[in-house]
Amino acid sequence: MFDSSRIVVGLDIGTSKVCAVVVEITEGGALNVIGLGQAKSRGVRKGEIVNVEDTMQDIRDALAAAEEMSDREIQSVYLGVTGGHVRSFNNRGFHPVASVDREIMADDVQDVLKNARALNLPGENKVLHLIRQQFLVDGESTQAQPIGRFGARLEVDFHVIHGSLNRLQTPIRVVKSLQIEVEDVVFSGLGSALACLNSYQKELGTIVIDMGAGSTEYLLYSGGVARHSGVIAVGGDHISNDLAYGLKVPLGRAEQLKLDHGGAVVEAEIRGHTIALTNDHGLPDRTINLEHLRRIMALRLEEVFQLILQDLDRAGVLHEARGVVLTGGGSRVPNVEKLAAQVFEMPVSRGRTTWISGDKSQLDQPEFAAAFGLVRFASFEVKKRTASNQGFASRLSGKLANLLRMN
Amino acid sequence: MNIAGFESSPRSLVIKLVGVGGAGSQAVAQMLAGPISGIPALLLHTNAKVNALQADAEKMILGKQRMHGLGTGGDPDIARAAAEDEETCLTKFLQGADLVFVVAGLGGGTGTGAAPVIARLARAQGALVLGLVTLPFQFEGSRRLKQAQEGLHKLRRSADAVICLPNQKFFSMIDEKTGVADTFRLSNELMSQGVVGIWQMLTRKSLIPLDFAYLRSVVGGQNAESSFASAEARGEARTRDVVEKLAASPLLDQGRALEQATDVLVSLVGGDDLSISEVEKVMEQLTRLVPNGQVIMGAALDPSLTGRISLTVVVSKRAPAINALTKSSADETADGLTNRCGEIENSLLNPAQGGQRPVSRYIAPPPETTIEGAEKLMQSRPDLAPTRRKKRGPAMQQGQLNFQITSRGRFEKSEPTIHEGEDLDIPTYVRRGIALN
Repeated sequence: MFDSSRIVVGLDIGTSKVCAVVVEITEGGALNVIGLGQAKSRGVRKGEIVNVEDTMQDIRDALAAAEEMSDREIQSVYLGVTGGHVRSFNNRGFHPVASVDREIMADDVQDVLKNARALNLPGENKVLHLIRQQFLVDGESTQAQPIGRFGARLEVDFHVIHGSLNRLQTPIRVVKSLQIEVEDVVFSGLGSALACLNSYQKELGTIVIDMGAGSTEYLLYSGGVARHSGVIAVGGDHISNDLAYGLKVPLGRAEQLKLDHGGAVVEAEIRGHTIALTNDHGLPDRTINLEHLRRIMALRLEEVFQLILQDLDRAGVLHEARGVVLTGGGSRVPNVEKLAAQVFEMPVSRGRTTWISGDKSQLDQPEFAAAFGLVRFASFEVKKRTASNQGFASRLSGKLANLLRMN
Repeated sequence: MNIAGFESSPRSLVIKLVGVGGAGSQAVAQMLAGPISGIPALLLHTNAKVNALQADAEKMILGKQRMHGLGTGGDPDIARAAAEDEETCLTKFLQGADLVFVVAGLGGGTGTGAAPVIARLARAQGALVLGLVTLPFQFEGSRRLKQAQEGLHKLRRSADAVICLPNQKFFSMIDEKTGVADTFRLSNELMSQGVVGIWQMLTRKSLIPLDFAYLRSVVGGQNAESSFASAEARGEARTRDVVEKLAASPLLDQGRALEQATDVLVSLVGGDDLSISEVEKVMEQLTRLVPNGQVIMGAALDPSLTGRISLTVVVSKRAPAINALTKSSADETADGLTNRCGEIENSLLNPAQGGQRPVSRYIAPPPETTIEGAEKLMQSRPDLAPTRRKKRGPAMQQGQLNFQITSRGRFEKSEPTIHEGEDLDIPTYVRRGIALN
């Protein structure tokens, strides 16, 4: 019988585009892209759906394109979510080891996990991800399961990513209304990190910044686990909007200027350079000072990086970072690595999705990082599922089931 | 007219209080609620809202025909015209006064436009006119600030002395959490303190009397720039504390105003337990703070102040006449509020002026330097040179931000991105105030 679980689909509803990736998981566990569909997104602002009808149409288009290319029927997707409401923090659960000889039993581990899951969240918020970071036995850190070890005090650290339930439900509802099942929801920032980082970078300490059109997600991996994450609802749209405002041009033209002449650094030699704008007849209309354009962009980008830096610093995890990886459409801005390197004072590179097989020229593009990350996340889930051999019903008992039940 | 509760001298002093405009009326209403109730007061406004103020004062709506009691919309010219229409009526109120306080908040329409008219009318009646005005906060925008500076200039010309409180200075007196209402109350409070302090100085039963003539000699003269401050202290070290508090007052630029003052009028009020050695200690410290000026002091007793010392000073910095010639109103606007100290430094440039108090209202030009000589001197100081200042004038002008321009563009429909009180949807360069040119 055809095993549909071998096909996973990632759906990223972005501010500038809706992107669907169809991936086949081979016997050996490798991922092979067999379909990619995208459509211009019209109903999303700052990573969140504001116009349901438009977005539904866009999702339909993207999925149809992906179906056509892969020649598979898409029944379910892994859905990427983001938005300014997504927050994260680290939580530690504690459990005193009860047994006489202080040996840690499976029950102790269950208890400590349960304690750590008792979160103090705002009422309307819902957990998106609970990522286990480490166990601590008498304060000593260990990645592996501590069963069989000895100690009086067992602790576990979790990275918790959570968001407003109502706002998380909107994309789920939109996708479900298209008769597409949602397998799981994944924070886009986590997806981008999974897509761009290799295990070495995850171990070393790397900040992944996904510079989307509507929002900028960031996530710090260190010691092989997610340490901190967040979203700033500022993205490429803001740059265009700033340019439209500052240079007094229509938004569409500002967008074009950004693509044609944008840059993250104001070089000394562009002083006094101007760009001639042409009107509908191709005749020169007015000129724009290139230095102004760059300065507006540079200030905005710098601010976003500074906000991320501040947030990591406040969370007390900045010292764990050794490098920065930029991805998302915004990472295409010329010289943006230079600017990021100035702000973070770390080596900066652009993210590459090298672990996936398929047409490289088409796939290795920063815009698709989040969608590829979704399928990578999905492949982990599939692996886990086949390993634990769980049925459909028990799988649904997870957080997704909760989300759906509340629908 | 007698002031209740105080001994009347053969010809008792007549003080009248005029609150002009919204801020002025409110300040006066607040003063009347305090210890100086009973002073004849007049509240003037172009807006009929003034009638709602609870105060024991006459109220008058200016320009009923012109604006129908709806205010000026921030245009001082309308207010000036309206006040001039009511000249006879106003003169009637001002008749017979020895001292008239004109209290106004500059920057708006009524206060800025009408206050100089009142001052002129009062002065024509032979009264000493003291203007007590606030200047707007810088965030109120360049237009109001400019308007306020123009109004201040006009008021300076028509009043004997103007005591001016730039609201901006309050920022150092309040903490971040102070509400808007409290801040304006503080502004009113300070104006009220000024009036009360001066009024008490003149009318209280005095040990060392300080009469009206002194006040006139200190603040009179159109080139004088005056400010005041008061402080109160109690306890063992009150003599030291009170002077320290006074010197730290932002209204005196943390004591700088005292340093540059040419005349200081000190009123010291204590309880029945005030000893002469305490008076001496306070005065000794104060005189040390005023190296270049003349200190005139008065001391009075108030039984309610037992155990405390209250100190009020009126500080006057007399600018030499040369400044009146070179300094145009445009310069003053370009200068802003904070660096007006330059004017006082100018007076120090002129050795003939130091420590010498002119007797008359008219200040003769210093005989040692000619106008050219003084100008040359000022040019040698690049920060004060008038030529540079004029060049800088237009550049300093802050453009008016149009509210419509900051439409949220693409983010119209979405929730604003607020990060620590900043709306991140507004371009970064706008929020950081970076000029593109």
